[in-house]
Amino acid sequence: MSKVKVARKSTTIDMTAMSDVTVLLLTFFMLTSTFVQKEPVQVATPASVSEIKIPESNILQILIDPKGKVFLSLDKQDDMVDVLETVGEEYGVKFTAEEVTKFKKLQTFGVPVADMKAFLALETAKQDALLMNYGVPTDSVDNQFKVWVKSARAANPDLRIAIKADRETPYKVIKSVMSSLQDLRENRYNLITALKKNSN
Amino acid sequence: MAEIQSNEGGGGKKKGGSKQKKMSVHVDFTPMVDMNMLLITFFMLCTSLSKPQTMELSMPSNDKNVNKDQQSEVKASKALTILLDKDNKLYYFAGQPDYKNYNSLKTLSYDAKNQNSIRSLLILRNQDAYSKIQLLKKEKIDLKISQDTFSARASRIKNGKNTPVVIIKATDGATYENLVDVLDEMQICNIGKYVIDTISAGDKLLMRNKESNGAVAQGQAN
Repeated sequence: MSKVKVARKSTTIDMTAMSDVTVLLLTFFMLTSTFVQKEPVQVATPASVSEIKIPESNILQILIDPKGKVFLSLDKQDDMVDVLETVGEEYGVKFTAEEVTKFKKLQTFGVPVADMKAFLALETAKQDALLMNYGVPTDSVDNQFKVWVKSARAANPDLRIAIKADRETPYKVIKSVMSSLQDLRENRYNLITALKKNSN
Repeated sequence: MAEIQSNEGGGGKKKGGSKQKKMSVHVDFTPMVDMNMLLITFFMLCTSLSKPQTMELSMPSNDKNVNKDQQSEVKASKALTILLDKDNKLYYFAGQPDYKNYNSLKTLSYDAKNQNSIRSLLILRNQDAYSKIQLLKKEKIDLKISQDTFSARASRIKNGKNTPVVIIKATDGATYENLVDVLDEMQICNIGKYVIDTISAGDKLLMRNKESNGAVAQGQAN
């Protein structure tokens, strides 16, 4: 009896096809997706059948969390510098060049002007953790929200206002934001919603 | 690792030095695949595919200096007031509020499958425009008309003479989702004219009265 010889086969698999597939997938993801913005609070937007997409640039986003805290974000860094300066002037706060560059890097801001200097002095990681405890004051006594929106409009006349609020937000908060906007004659704005399948 | 394998084995037959060496160029793509997978994972985790939808909203200006003739008055027969209360409650009354009769305020449901849903009410009120727009949509799907003509004609129908005017009033207890739901119904039912207004004490009284089946109005009359 002769020994059964096991044929030695090479185990290399041709990865070229696999590589093709992954490159295709990668291209798809790079082209279709947009980067997730860092937001201080998680917000679940209500669903609607509206199919209008939000424009990509010139957006002033007003983020409202379920507790009624208001945050703002601007997509253009140049506008943010102008806004910080005008708001600082309004409240008599002078920001240093270093603070301005730090503010520019914020994706979302929403700190009362009085706390702004202390907030900007913090490290980025600490800022992220603390931001959710702040929020722009919207009450009628000290309506800093109005000042922010007004100076944002002055910095960029093409700005579109978008409101992104959690579905559980009480109408009271929305009402105060809306009436502040009305006072500034900002009568047209967008409400950010998620897509709902129409049952019809 | 790219390796160049020579076709000539150890015991190959050599025919002559004149023939060019046949070389198969084989590149190992495994590290390339590894890197691509990493990149894909990164993109999947750090980006969002769907862009958020948005709903366009125009609010009336609350400028006090608007002239009387610039203000638009709504015929009572065309007006429909929708009241949003806490705990997802929804009421409506047509025309002028009737404070004496608590039954003039009717309850509504957000759920479109429900019999007395807000959608069925609005479609009923807006029957004319709604059916016209449905026809128009069909034409658009059949590619008989372009998007531009569709939107132009749709907005003309929506703002036609006999369409209802919906006034939306929300109490402080209503949630943002309630508001968006109601605004959404306006779009589904092709209501062209609607406005978000602040709630008045009278409206609140109507709702309390309805909840207590007329007890509040009784108490005030006595």
